[in-house]
Amino acid sequence: MFGAAETTVDGWMSNLLGEDFHARIGRVPVALGQAGVDPFGFDPEWARFALAGCAFLHKKYFRTEVHGADNVPAGPVLLISNHSGQVPLDGAVIGASMFMDVEPPRFIRAMVEKWTQTLPFVSLLFSRVGQVVGVPENAKRLLEQGEALLVFPEGARGISKTFDRRYQLTDFGLGFMRLAMETKTPVVPIAVIGAEEQYVSVANLDRAARLMGMPAFPLLPQLVLPGGFMPLPTKYRLYYGEPMYFDGDADDEDAVIEEKVWLVRATIQSMLNRGLKARKTIFW
Amino acid sequence: MNEGRVLITGICGRLGKRLTRKLHRERPVLGVDRRPFADKPKDVEHAQIDLRRKKLKDVLRSSDVKAVVHLGVMHDPRASAAEHHSWNVEGFSKLLDYAAQLGIPKVVVLSSANVYGPQPGNAQFLTEDAPLLGGARFSDIRDLVEVDMLAQGFFWKHPNVETVVLRPVHILGTVHNAPSNFLRLPTIPTLLGYDPMIQVIHEADVVQAIHRALQPGIRGIFNIAGPDPVPLSRAIKILGRNRLRVPYSLGKMALNRLWNLRLTTFPPPELDHIRYVCMVDDHRARNVLGFTPAHDLETTLHAVDSER
Repeated sequence: MFGAAETTVDGWMSNLLGEDFHARIGRVPVALGQAGVDPFGFDPEWARFALAGCAFLHKKYFRTEVHGADNVPAGPVLLISNHSGQVPLDGAVIGASMFMDVEPPRFIRAMVEKWTQTLPFVSLLFSRVGQVVGVPENAKRLLEQGEALLVFPEGARGISKTFDRRYQLTDFGLGFMRLAMETKTPVVPIAVIGAEEQYVSVANLDRAARLMGMPAFPLLPQLVLPGGFMPLPTKYRLYYGEPMYFDGDADDEDAVIEEKVWLVRATIQSMLNRGLKARKTIFW
Repeated sequence: MNEGRVLITGICGRLGKRLTRKLHRERPVLGVDRRPFADKPKDVEHAQIDLRRKKLKDVLRSSDVKAVVHLGVMHDPRASAAEHHSWNVEGFSKLLDYAAQLGIPKVVVLSSANVYGPQPGNAQFLTEDAPLLGGARFSDIRDLVEVDMLAQGFFWKHPNVETVVLRPVHILGTVHNAPSNFLRLPTIPTLLGYDPMIQVIHEADVVQAIHRALQPGIRGIFNIAGPDPVPLSRAIKILGRNRLRVPYSLGKMALNRLWNLRLTTFPPPELDHIRYVCMVDDHRARNVLGFTPAHDLETTLHAVDSER
């Protein structure tokens, strides 16, 4: 369908992987239907381009150091990560890592806002690369389908943190825990280090954000520099924690759920703290 | 299966005729339609009356009907709203009243997955208990939602009657409905940058589902889906049609203009169907009704080009 671009991408990715890209894609467990796409419209033909872009960020730009990739179990899994860096490049890097470093290789699925579906091209791209509308029914179905679902329970609060609050987790939403309990899905905590410094936000202008209908309006001094729209090339460090299992009544009171969520949050926070201690420099 | 006489409303439509062909050798069939039944099988009775006429009751009483299949839903976007409403809602509630009075044990209503409506925030697969929001953006189909609701009300008010509501996805075949007409266009317009997943079903599979719904013991609401969902663009490709991509705002403007000039049969709000998803979860039909579509994706799509 894409001809020459396809061969170039495939060759480049094979080099990067030290393994045939096609063969690796072939090993990803996906539920394709008669039309060559999965029930959500996910198309591996499209995903390879998204993967190549993410792989560039992962291996070349941020030169990610990955720890504990063998902690990710095969089958359905909820990936719970801290969220930072103003632009969701942490998601892209986790996506690339789940395909390149984890065995068997996986295509991660994530949830997007409803209003993105009203945007031309965006809605189409999201659907073809496996991003689905963020409603609980969809999450449940993806897990039943055996997918790896990436969730940032901090949401917009986390990604738009200012620099002084870097690596301090904000409040976690409870939805992911109810989902994990209801579907009996293992939770893999993930800590991403390096994204906090890619864009240094000195303040968040709430009123401007509200005025423009955006979730946040960060003040980024680096934007005045030539080429400053690019993220700073920090070195990413990605830690996969050991899977955590939760059971109980998914419809329990918030207080009960909160305790379990707190456990996951504390795990990620301590993974962050340990990672930061081990880190000598930000850029290499 | 001989459970007594079955009444089919709207029997002269393509779907009605197909259902008749399947049923009339198994059990007596009685048709009701305003239209004449041209190539009627000899053993089928046909009463050419309007559903809203009192005569309907006499027909029902005199012929000992044991089941009603309601296909006679009007969906003519050009008809006046009043006529549309009175036909669909008034006609159908009369039919339900008579069915209750005469103690007919089975009522099957062919609704549609369109009652859920295409929305940007839809779950990828809607279950039977999802709200019916079809009228929110397209007010002309409110009475189709109302028909579905009437049937649901009837289900609760008359627990001794087995009421079945079927909500099939886009029906393809010789039928003259919007999705079949759309896919029959020589060049199919789509919206630039949008390519929703769609579900289609072969008309013969819908007939099979109705046939199953007539079995004793079956009651409730069932979403009915055909083969695996497919992106709209791929469906067009399988059909070998050309595709014309139009930006949404331009497409909407053009369709409005064409509609006002009576040059198209597609009302402008139907654009949402090629913009957002409106797909259903058919687990209940598969598990309870025992329904599986017999036609695969290619056959189902190519059915729009078949003569009969």
